[in-house]
Amino acid sequence: MSIYRTHILVPIDEGTVQAGVFEVKRTLEREIRERGLEGEVRVLETGTVGIVGKGVLLAVYPDRIYYSGMRPSDVALLVEEHLLKGRVPSSLKHAPLDLQDGAKVLHRTGLTLPQKRVVLDKAWKVAPDDMREVLASGGYAGLERIVADRMTPEAVIDEVKKSGLRGRGGAGFPTGLKWELTRNSPGGRKYIICNADEGEPGTFKDRLILEGDPHRIVEAMTIAGYAMGATKGYVYIRGEYALSIERMQKAIDQAREYGLLGPDVLEHGFAFDLEIKKGAGAYICGDETALLESLEGKRGNPRIKPPYPVAHGLWQEPTSVNNVETLANVPGIIARGAGWFRTMGTEKSSGTKVFTILGHVEHPGLVEVEMGTPLRELVFSYGGGVSGGRKFKAALLGGASGVFLPEGLLDVRMDFESLKENKAVLGSGAVLVMDEDASIVDMLFSILKFFAHESCGRCAPCRIGTRQLLNLAWKLRRGKGRETDLDTMLRLAELMCGTALCPLGQSVIMPVRSAIEYFRGEFEACVKKTTEEARV
Amino acid sequence: MESKQIHIPDNAEYRELKLFIEANSSTPGPLIQVLHRAQKIFGYLPMEVQHFVARELGVPHSQVYGVVTFYNFFRTEPIGDHIVNICLGTACHVKGASEILKALEKELGIRVGGTTKDRFYTLSTARCFGACGLAPVMMVDDEVYGRLNPQKTIQILKDLRTAQTVK
Ligand SMILES: Cc1cc2nc3c(=O)[nH]c(=O)nc-3n(C[C@H](O)[C@H](O)[C@H](O)COP(=O)(O)O)c2cc1C
Ligand code: FES
Repeated sequence: MSIYRTHILVPIDEGTVQAGVFEVKRTLEREIRERGLEGEVRVLETGTVGIVGKGVLLAVYPDRIYYSGMRPSDVALLVEEHLLKGRVPSSLKHAPLDLQDGAKVLHRTGLTLPQKRVVLDKAWKVAPDDMREVLASGGYAGLERIVADRMTPEAVIDEVKKSGLRGRGGAGFPTGLKWELTRNSPGGRKYIICNADEGEPGTFKDRLILEGDPHRIVEAMTIAGYAMGATKGYVYIRGEYALSIERMQKAIDQAREYGLLGPDVLEHGFAFDLEIKKGAGAYICGDETALLESLEGKRGNPRIKPPYPVAHGLWQEPTSVNNVETLANVPGIIARGAGWFRTMGTEKSSGTKVFTILGHVEHPGLVEVEMGTPLRELVFSYGGGVSGGRKFKAALLGGASGVFLPEGLLDVRMDFESLKENKAVLGSGAVLVMDEDASIVDMLFSILKFFAHESCGRCAPCRIGTRQLLNLAWKLRRGKGRETDLDTMLRLAELMCGTALCPLGQSVIMPVRSAIEYFRGEFEACVKKTTEEARV
Repeated sequence: MESKQIHIPDNAEYRELKLFIEANSSTPGPLIQVLHRAQKIFGYLPMEVQHFVARELGVPHSQVYGVVTFYNFFRTEPIGDHIVNICLGTACHVKGASEILKALEKELGIRVGGTTKDRFYTLSTARCFGACGLAPVMMVDDEVYGRLNPQKTIQILKDLRTAQTVK
């Protein structure tokens, strides 16, 4: 890759920034300069490792050692001992690092258990804004294969279809099929849109992909554009994700410079370009039809389906909307083949999935593992178990429109089918762990508050339904509930599921039903309190 | 018609916005991007600015108003020098975000959406910053603070104020 003997990777994410990573990095660079090591050691900013709350991290390659909890005052020792003398100073917190294929359980950090990193493969190993490194580490290999093998658009779609890739944005729709439908829809201009609105609370996987490896998304969207016959793509990014926007913009500019975007991509006679659009903070805009409205500069009211975006999308033209993580899988599928992709995951849910493990766990953070990994493993191995040695009560899967699962279902496998069998959804991949002291009633109340706030107000079932549900939950929480309230809540949510205009209102049933079904006792206790008080 | 009755001053801010609108008027659906810029220039989007945008883009004011009120990001009221955003997302909720909010409301003497008398802080809430690994989380302007508890949060805001006044 280069003549440097050693690379020091400095993962930048919110956690490390807060822990003072830039100060450490400046000290490191100064120390390296002062010791005359500039020509030998290179310091690189990368995306996150997915290890949260361990302070500033530094990873030394090729030695595969990572240091945690680094302070500026530790740097001199590291340079002196490790870089000059070649030995790891034992006084610094360190551990061998191997996320990809290492079998050892490393450090005390659950998150360094072996993972299967595909979409996050490069996110923390390669400087996202160094084009030479991106290319040297296999970036744009998928696009190159298309050119080298003269793959037709149909062949590309076929490869994606054979891989079995399904949408990671929530619904699990087969990606190849979506592209084919878009390709076959009549229309002058076609569009590919990357959905990076990531609004589901408790989810930040897309942010880390965008920050850590934006070129992967540029490549994927170019491939998608070629396959569908689209010449323009939009990346719709949450307004709050300042760093994602900055890194993505830089990647787009670099790709243009290298002829990977523009009027004649790789001199292959195909035009494609990308543009970023900033979201303005509305949960509903994560829904693909609302997103289209927002892209057109309007209120983000969802559209009535059908017609579907694949036929009538942006400006009524055929459009494919794909999630960030979905797209991030595409370059690998094209470069290494559908067969390779199918070796991971399960028969019907191939590949990997990125999960964010949060709440009352020992090691919150994100992991990428094969589809079908049991929930128990996520919580207890990767997450390090419930914090403070307390007991597990529930996991909320998939954010606000997700499902509460009780202890009895911890062995469920995390793939589309297995979850569906248990009336649950993979959703955004958020796994929020709640310990024995957490209140489900309280949590449901908070979720309903979220829905009442985010309901766009266009249809009555959702506008009124979310408000009514919130009122009922509020009463229960205050100990003012009635016996019949639980069934009223269930009936309301069911009604909304059947009549609301868009998936926001339709999905309120998910948290409501699972909370009441699995934790009915907790709700009844609220009711009982009331009846007893009434008697007094 | 109505927009004519509103007096739009001719100053540097409006001129900057006008330039931006002219540069972007040929791109389809520019309204949201224009409002982003306008809020950056003015800090918020008062009626006057909305009318100006409507007139320059040639769309009804109702449409501009509709968009402004739909998105959480746009504000129609002026804010303090610094905006304090408490995350109430699911991950922050289980880690006690509402306790922090309560403590801050008490400490600053304002409710959510309010601004302190000295116009220093505006208190606001958000659904999730995607920084859930650090829950509970708040953002002060563009800066994220994690692993909070009520005392720590109050201390951070106190320190920021001191740092500012010393400057
Ligand atoms: C209320 C709501 C919010 C959504 N939020 C997101 C989101 O933040 N990101 C996302 O990729 N998909 C989101 N979706 C799903 C999208 O509508 C769409 O299915 C997805 O972007 C398709 O991409 P995929 O096929 O790659 O999964 C949301 C759906 C609904 C109903
Ligand atoms: S839930 Fe608070 S940052 Fe995500």
